[in-house]
Amino acid sequence: MESSAYIRLRDVVFSRSGRRIFDGISLDIPKGKVTAIMGPSGTGKTTLLRLIGGQLRPDSGQVSVAGHDVPRLKRKALYQLREKMGMLFQSGALFTDLSVYENVAFPLRAHTSLPEDMIRDIVLMKLEAVGLRGARKLMPSELSGGMTRRVALARSIALDPELIMYDEPFAGQDPIAMGVLVKLIRDLNSSMGLTSVLVSHDVPESLSICHYACIIADGKVIGEGTPEELRAHPSERVQQFLEGKPDGPVPFHYPSGDAAADFGVGGLSS
Amino acid sequence: MMDRIAGLGRLGLAIIASFGRSGQFLFGVLAGVPRPATGFPLLVKQLYAVGVLSLAIVVVSGLFIGMVLGLQGYTILSDYGSESAIGQMIALTLVRELGPVVTALLFAGRAGSALTAEIGLMKATEQLSSMEMMGVDPLRRVVAPRLWAGFLAMPVLAMIFSVVGIYGGMLVGVEWLGVFEGSFWGNMQSSVDFVDDVLNGFIKSVVFGFVCAWIAVYQGYDCVPTSAGISSATTKTVVYSSLAVLGLDFVLTAVMFGDF
Ligand SMILES: Nc1ncnc2c1ncn2[C@@H]1O[C@H](COP(=O)(O)OP(=O)(O)O)[C@@H](O)[C@H]1O
Ligand SMILES: [Mg+2]
Repeated sequence: MESSAYIRLRDVVFSRSGRRIFDGISLDIPKGKVTAIMGPSGTGKTTLLRLIGGQLRPDSGQVSVAGHDVPRLKRKALYQLREKMGMLFQSGALFTDLSVYENVAFPLRAHTSLPEDMIRDIVLMKLEAVGLRGARKLMPSELSGGMTRRVALARSIALDPELIMYDEPFAGQDPIAMGVLVKLIRDLNSSMGLTSVLVSHDVPESLSICHYACIIADGKVIGEGTPEELRAHPSERVQQFLEGKPDGPVPFHYPSGDAAADFGVGGLSS
Repeated sequence: MMDRIAGLGRLGLAIIASFGRSGQFLFGVLAGVPRPATGFPLLVKQLYAVGVLSLAIVVVSGLFIGMVLGLQGYTILSDYGSESAIGQMIALTLVRELGPVVTALLFAGRAGSALTAEIGLMKATEQLSSMEMMGVDPLRRVVAPRLWAGFLAMPVLAMIFSVVGIYGGMLVGVEWLGVFEGSFWGNMQSSVDFVDDVLNGFIKSVVFGFVCAWIAVYQGYDCVPTSAGISSATTKTVVYSSLAVLGLDFVLTAVMFGDF
């Protein structure tokens, strides 16, 4: 596994506004596979993707992508590396002033000097891959949530990246849209040989498509392995997360002090 | 007591830090030569949004201010029997002061706030981040054309404001109140100096345009990406731009016209 890691994080420490989000996290993401990173909301899954993409720098530790030491890359080299990465943002992040067609054409126009008819062919091909060739004239405001994400997906594969990162692709989707996205992620991975990183808290969908998964909580990896290995994981925290139990090692109650005092019953309250 | 001093120190540091950040930001925007093929259409689009769409408010305000100047000037000057100097008074007031200053204030309210809200919303909806992840620098692609457009549009708008204002003053002074047209224009021509008045007014509007556009794009780019953050950034744009324009106007006026 070591030799085929495409992304490698070593002892990454990262704090934001004085809060430690990652406390020495280490992680390997294999090439050409779908890796799911799961964890409760607010654990820093999006932050992790931004560290990989070089939008944030760790306080200490290593982040390497395809052999490049991301935090130490010069601006120009970083932008070149990003041409090999696609990222699907949680909200889709389509450019609201451009049509679907122009959105997908955007990275092509920015990084290549292909003639217009070739750009057109590529854009239509990518839109066809996500099943939205017929929607090319629409504006982003006219799309449903699932369509927005599919267009964003088409845009992030426009430059044929080596790596694609999905940030919560299933959040807030109806069952059909979810099924479509699951199929797309799996198909793109196998047909283009992409390394895919899937960040999500939708356990069944993620486990159904990933080759490899890891669960992060409190700034650390608490469990990793293939879906089967995870399901049989001995840790109670992993089991609580996978099965969605309301109480367990992660308590239902936010630390809240003495209930009796708060409700004004019992001896000491005035 | 110590707490207050510490608080004051923190505030001072925060202010200096934000000046530093906005300076760094400006460098990031202006560094690097844009490719004409991609940069020019973007600039034209922003010139339209920032400049052409501000024309209506600038023309209407200019007309009214000129008309008010005509009325007020006539009332005051006729006491001394010198209402024929009204043309000169209107032109000097507009070209030196009101043109650049009022246009800048209108510009901050009309175009600056829109720039801030637009960039802020692009940030909140992750459009800027996704652009960065596509290997396109949003500072150059999104911010730079807007900054340049503001910088270029402002002097032109200020000139239009002055011209329309003078026309409004002429309507009131000459057409309505009956000042002799020859002395209206003649006085103006002989007293308005190109370098001292027109050029200095132009320099003011260039400075104001740059400052207003800088504040607007910086506030948008630096905003907290939530609805509350965007609304407070928009307010800050208008408040800071107005204060900066009025403060700088005093400084510039003192430098330009202060050697008695
Ligand atoms: N711009 C920011 N400034 C300060 N804190 C932030 C910022 N963005 C996110 N955070 C904090 O970082 C933590 C992790 O956020 P995020 O990576 O978005 O979590 P996830 O994607 O797992 O839900 C959250 O607790 C959040 O409050
Ligand atoms: Mg997130």
